[in-house]
Amino acid sequence: MSPNVLALLPEIILTLTGVFIMMAEPCLAPNSSRKPLGWIAIAGTVGALVASWYQVSLGVTIHAFSNTIQVDAFSVLFHYVIGAVVLVTLLGSLDYFEGNASHAGEYFALLCFGAVGMMLMASSVELLMVFVGLEISSISTYILCGFRKGQATGSESSIKYFLLGSFATAFFLYGVALAFGATGSTDLYAVALGLQTTATPALAFTALALILIGLGFKVSAAPFHVWTPDVYQGAPAPVVGLMSTAPKAAAFAVLLRITFTGFPIYQHRWTVLMWVLAALSMTIGNLGALLQRDVKRMLAYSSIAHAGYLLVAFTAFPFDGIAAACFYTATYAAMNVGAFAVITQISGYDERARTIDDFTGLGQKRPYLAALLSFFLLSLIGIPFTGGFFGKFYVFSAAIHNGNVWLAVIGLLNSGVACFYYLRLLAAVYTKPGAESARLNQLRPISIPAAVGLALAAAATLTLGILPSGAVSFAEYASHSTLIEQGRQECAAHPDCHIQLQFDVR
Amino acid sequence: MSAQVPVAAYLILAAVLFSIGVAAFLIKRNLITIFMSIELMLNAVNLTFVAFAHMWHQVSGQIFVFFVMVVAAAEAAVGLAIIIAIFRTRETLNVDSIDLMKS
Repeated sequence: MSPNVLALLPEIILTLTGVFIMMAEPCLAPNSSRKPLGWIAIAGTVGALVASWYQVSLGVTIHAFSNTIQVDAFSVLFHYVIGAVVLVTLLGSLDYFEGNASHAGEYFALLCFGAVGMMLMASSVELLMVFVGLEISSISTYILCGFRKGQATGSESSIKYFLLGSFATAFFLYGVALAFGATGSTDLYAVALGLQTTATPALAFTALALILIGLGFKVSAAPFHVWTPDVYQGAPAPVVGLMSTAPKAAAFAVLLRITFTGFPIYQHRWTVLMWVLAALSMTIGNLGALLQRDVKRMLAYSSIAHAGYLLVAFTAFPFDGIAAACFYTATYAAMNVGAFAVITQISGYDERARTIDDFTGLGQKRPYLAALLSFFLLSLIGIPFTGGFFGKFYVFSAAIHNGNVWLAVIGLLNSGVACFYYLRLLAAVYTKPGAESARLNQLRPISIPAAVGLALAAAATLTLGILPSGAVSFAEYASHSTLIEQGRQECAAHPDCHIQLQFDVR
Repeated sequence: MSAQVPVAAYLILAAVLFSIGVAAFLIKRNLITIFMSIELMLNAVNLTFVAFAHMWHQVSGQIFVFFVMVVAAAEAAVGLAIIIAIFRTRETLNVDSIDLMKS
């Protein structure tokens, strides 16, 4: 197989699936069920996951399209996270649109296209490809946010996400343009090399700062988080589950590559920026969540706080930092997409349960769903034996190894504050409902695909918490593979360097 | 004989355009105008790319501009569709009246 095809195999499978769904959708009768299209999308996502597994099983770093695409264990780890999130979202939303929207086929196709963009972001080492991937994923999610066209909150969420997302993209692009100006290239390895000899270090640092602003918007790190609560509140629940995890994972993959691979010689400077962003995101996210009554809005602030915990990993040494960030991304994706999958099942297409009070008495009426929701919320708090605990432990210990004790202290204090609002929702779930509370009475029984999706998310969260060794060694392998490739590229640029790294067989 | 315009002049012009775009994004209250200010920012970026491509004698900067233009066109298609959806549900394009979700 040509390396170009091999490197983009998961993306190619998902693109073909999406195109096929788009073409099949108008051929179906207007009132017929769109479920078969959903199953095709699920098959395509599983195919993409298998293709990613095949890529990593080769044990080599694949370079393609004149070295703009680099598929290593790092990319594959993020492919797994993105693919798994899309899979759980698809399983959970098979019945979500039943009887409401005859254009559900577009929803399945857009999920596939969005996944293509995110996977492309995770495997590109050239800022042009990063930009293209970023836009493919963003444009798909802009549309998905406003998918319930008739609802005013849906289109409001969509326009807010669109305007602020494009605004952020412009900042990102201006940063890329200045980086090109300072180093004469947009290839990350060439940028890293060019920075050593650049005549305009101030320009290069401005470029990095602008890129950080752009990506800060995408990962909703404070102070670039203002769009998050409104957008999450208005968008459909399964879409929020997706967009609070998968595009963020992809943006963090890009952020890791740009900081550690593209701008390593400025690490002492961007570590300070990351320190401030992390401290602000954790504090503003957790304090903001305390004030919310709407569940999706509360989880939006919680996702800002979790972006902050993830940014803590950037203040660690490169090897620890990349591994910890990879691990935390996976655990955060598992528990957050799980929590939103439960909320999708409870509130349904017309959002019956919105505020915390609407969840009162869930434990009595739907004991299994309530148990799953509690498990995901406990994991988001970081209770031991859940993925959330081990992820936080890994990130904070990595930061402490590099001497950032105070940041870890801020993080731990924030975890304490976070307990309060998650437990408030849990308390409502296990309170006896009042006589007038009838909102949860019209719940439909949960379908088998949705149950499978929930089970997948719960199993992943549990496994990452009690048996983390496999995932940790994969995260360390991912971290190694990027750093070894970085060393190899640096060596290749110097004529008197002859180290042979037996890692890459083109 | 024609005097050559220095690269710095283009860069300063681009920076000014970008700043005007940012300011308009923050100040203007009409959705279409806000959307136009984003396009202005993207075109400032394009100008920067072309100026640097000329300075480094590299085509890659100009290729980037083509990608930016294509993506901006795709974004405009989606953005205008969302703006139409907004107008249909509320009959206004003023951002201050799009505030259903203030807590």
